[in-house]
Amino acid sequence: MRELATGRDVRGRIVAVAAWGGAALVVASFGLLVADLARRGAGELTWRYLIEAPRDAGRAGGILPIAVATVWMVALALAFAAPLALATALFLDEAGTPSAPRALRRAAAVTRRSLDVLGGVPSIVFGLFGNALFCRSFGWGYSLLSGAATLACMVLPLMVATFDEGLQRVPAAERAAAAATGLSRSATLRHVLLPRAAPLLLAGTGLAVARSLAETAALLFTAGYADGWPRSPLDSARSLSVHVWDLALNVAGGDARACAAALLLLLVVLALHGAVRGGLGWVLRRRSRGHGESVR
Amino acid sequence: MPSDTRHEEARSQELRRRAARRSDALLRGASVFGALIAAALAWWIAAWLVRESAPSLAAVGIGGFLRDARWNPAGGEFGLLPMVATSVTVAVGALLLALPLALATALFLLGYAPPALGSAMRLLLDLLAAVPSVVVGFFGLIVLVPWLARIAPPGASLLAGILVLALMVLPTLAVMVEAALAAMPAAERSAAAALGLSRATVLLALALPRARRGVAAAALVALGRALGETMAVVMVCGNVVQWPAGLLLPVRTLTANVALEMAYASGTHRGALFVSGLLLLLSTAVLVVAAAWRGGGAANPERRAAGAVGA
Repeated sequence: MRELATGRDVRGRIVAVAAWGGAALVVASFGLLVADLARRGAGELTWRYLIEAPRDAGRAGGILPIAVATVWMVALALAFAAPLALATALFLDEAGTPSAPRALRRAAAVTRRSLDVLGGVPSIVFGLFGNALFCRSFGWGYSLLSGAATLACMVLPLMVATFDEGLQRVPAAERAAAAATGLSRSATLRHVLLPRAAPLLLAGTGLAVARSLAETAALLFTAGYADGWPRSPLDSARSLSVHVWDLALNVAGGDARACAAALLLLLVVLALHGAVRGGLGWVLRRRSRGHGESVR
Repeated sequence: MPSDTRHEEARSQELRRRAARRSDALLRGASVFGALIAAALAWWIAAWLVRESAPSLAAVGIGGFLRDARWNPAGGEFGLLPMVATSVTVAVGALLLALPLALATALFLLGYAPPALGSAMRLLLDLLAAVPSVVVGFFGLIVLVPWLARIAPPGASLLAGILVLALMVLPTLAVMVEAALAAMPAAERSAAAALGLSRATVLLALALPRARRGVAAAALVALGRALGETMAVVMVCGNVVQWPAGLLLPVRTLTANVALEMAYASGTHRGALFVSGLLLLLSTAVLVVAAAWRGGGAANPERRAAGAVGA
């Protein structure tokens, strides 16, 4: 009996050590990544770097045109993806109501499954697709527009999933109240669903922005490499992530500047994620307190 | 005149109702149209990849892609197998490395972390999952590869790829494994506590066997991600086309090959890159469907992320 207890104790201790050790390793690797990039890149990350154009293939100068092109590309991608995602989420929402006919529910299940598959598609495959469809068939060439359209396809599953989650969290009582007062579907959307789901709609958009900023492989041969000022949507444009890749692999002596660009990219993406998580948590807590009910 | 007013009122009400019906129909049309595009997109991608790769498939033949000894597009040789083997080896290696770590992290979150530390850890995992792959790859290039080069030259190798990819899939894997383990019913948890079972016993002997399906689904999802990852591997693997016969050999994955050669490829060569894209699409689709079949909707990282942002 005693031996059994000791045996269990030893096993318990091993599991505890493994659990703490594994967690510590995760923290350490993340810390190493951030600390190392910060140490190497912080010196280069000056105001001048942010407001100058790159010179000498990016070895000198700054990144302003690249940052501007990145913002345009992400904004365009959202303009494509957000309406599509909202429409899809509304379709899924309507198919989820108890009175929905069976065919509609089947169609919604198929849509969800296709979006699952789409969400698992590697980004380089999105790049190939974008190159074939947008650059060649649509004749947009290597351009900001092709890159944005490719990004839109890529973030669509994430946006639909978040928007869908937002609509699902609208309390059934409020829907019933809207129906009881005879509100039309579009009026319900405007006055009940959208305001109620707004925090998650915003969160989904924020996550999509972060994902677009982080993407490289899908842009290499859709938006291209040009590092000048984008003068039209049909100009080739380089995103910040592609800039990191190009400096790191194709430009000899570009490592220091690649560090700065990578650090900037990392900080922006992490800040966005932190803001989405923190902001959403705050709004949902406040809301559930204010209404004295759970949001679920 | 009162009857007139009533008539006017009824008329305007009817008009309003008609306007509402019209905007409802418009809304329904738009939402069906949007959903149709969203649902068709995956198939559309597959169709375009088939279209673009068909000429090369016809010219080289499936046998050519399998049997050609080398990848030498200029010389008309299109052997994909060494790169397929590399992709699979890197992905499986990364999974084997990341899975125990993810399990340890999940056990930490469920059984050992004080609440404040646990939520900090969850935030950290969320942030780690968001780190752009090009940044992870760059970190591997300037830190990991030189470090490996000192102890096991040349540095840029299969091993470097496995390490970097493991870091990339770890956060999502840990969170999904935790979700699978946490699915244990509360009644069972308190029964176990009442029996005086230790935390380790509860987690390993009770929660883990129940969570097998969920853990398997998480592993499939992670494998799909690892197979499709491009930027991180292309920066650390060395990119020599050869069989992955040793951990320290420089190798090239399918994804890296596309990223490196797409810029200048044309004709049959370009088509051959689309063939590898098609192969990647098919294998990740199979993995996603298998994961969903094993673990249900919870296995979808996209949906999980959506659910977790507000949690």
